[in-house]
Formats: sequence, C-alpha cells, structure tokens
Amino acid sequence: MSNQVTLNKDKDPEISIQANDFSLADEVALLEKENLTDGAVVTFTGRVRNRNNGNVVTTLTLEHYPGMTEKSLAKIILQAKERWDIGRVKVIHRIGELSIGDQIVFVGVTSEHRQDAFAANEFIMDYLKVKAPFWKKEKITNAGQTSENWLAAKTTDTDKADLWS
Amino acid sequence: MIKIVFFAALREQLGCAELSITADTVKTVTDIKQLLSDKSELWQQTFGNASLLCAVNHDMVDGSHLVKPGDEVAFFPPVTGG
Repeated sequence: MSNQVTLNKDKDPEISIQANDFSLADEVALLEKENLTDGAVVTFTGRVRNRNNGNVVTTLTLEHYPGMTEKSLAKIILQAKERWDIGRVKVIHRIGELSIGDQIVFVGVTSEHRQDAFAANEFIMDYLKVKAPFWKKEKITNAGQTSENWLAAKTTDTDKADLWS
Repeated sequence: MIKIVFFAALREQLGCAELSITADTVKTVTDIKQLLSDKSELWQQTFGNASLLCAVNHDMVDGSHLVKPGDEVAFFPPVTGG
C-alpha cells in the first residue's frame, strides 16, 4: 500500500487544529451520522491537569507548526487505516492558551467491531504524542513564584509509540 | 534561497523565528546546522543540542538530507503535544 499522502487544498475533514473548544457530543454525533455499518465508536479526550512534575499549573500554551502539523496527522491517520479496519476518524488539537480542565485533544474512531477502533485510537494518540509538531509551555506556581517552562519530551511517550512498530 | 524556521524553546533561545540563506553554500541539513552554528556562540551552543529535530518541507529528515533552493527547513525541540 502507498504511503503517499495527498493533501487537498480543501481542509481535511478528519483533522482540525483550532483555538476554540470542541463539543464531545457534537463530535460523536458526526462520527455516527448516517453511519449504519460501524457498531463501535471509541473516543479519547485529553485535558489540562492542575499539576505537573509536582508543580501547580495555572495555564498551558500550545504552539504548533502550521502545515506540518496537518501533514503529520494525515500520515498517522493513513497508517491507522492501513493497519486496522476502521471507518471514520476525527482528530482535533487545540492551540493557544488553555486553562486547567480545558480540553486539549480529541481522537474519535469508528469501526464495525470494537477491537479495531480501540487499537487505532490508541495508536493515533501515541503517534501524535511523538510525531506531530506541537509544543507545550506551562505557567507554574512554586512557593509563590510564577514561572514559564517549555515541557520536555518524555521517554515513556517514545517507548509507548515504539511498541506499535 | 532556503527559508529556515524555528519553533518553541529553540525560537526563544535564538530570539529568531525565521531567516533565509542562499542555497549555494549548503548541500545538506548538517551543512545548514554548521552555517548557523558559525553565527555566534549562542547559536553554536543551541545547535550543539543533539536532540533537536529537523523537517524539510514538512517531513522529518536526518542530517544527510539534501536541500535545494525553495525548500523550507525547520528546526525544533522534541514534540510535546497531546
């Protein structure tokens, strides 16, 4: 099978990079709309935690590389489709400044039976973590002092993604 | 010309989001890194970081990748999205 990714000038309906929040209910409805073949809908939502590495987090700012982000996500989705028998896919990633509890990322996958959607969803998320060009900067408070830090990549994320290869 | 862009912590360390270089003195990504390292001690230290990643025209590449006029070359730290 070809690994060639063809990028339409039109926006890829499976991928959205946005500053705005998203509605889990609306996204599930779109995955299910006029979809009579898929019995399984698996969704993952990632949110901003209030603590990281023992520090109190106040905000999280997401930066990305426009153009490459969409291309890398399209590649990841294509790999998932080659590997599992899945129906619809949607990936949403937010950018800009986010607060505690805000939704950051959404991955939704449908399939005829649950196994393919479960596996493909986890695969997409694991690959997004290590391949898609996003960077997080956190504002933290430690002993009354506020500071900003770019997060360091975690080897646990790379190890987890490597399990799929 | 080759357009070079920097992201996240790397952009902040360098105080530079993008620049352009002429293509005639560089053949590979490693050549570009060397050219940028020669700018100053700050750039040399920054590009001495082995974990920096590189993409050419939005695809990840390694140092031996050949570059040509019109390419967009990006340098950035390991990614931390999701």
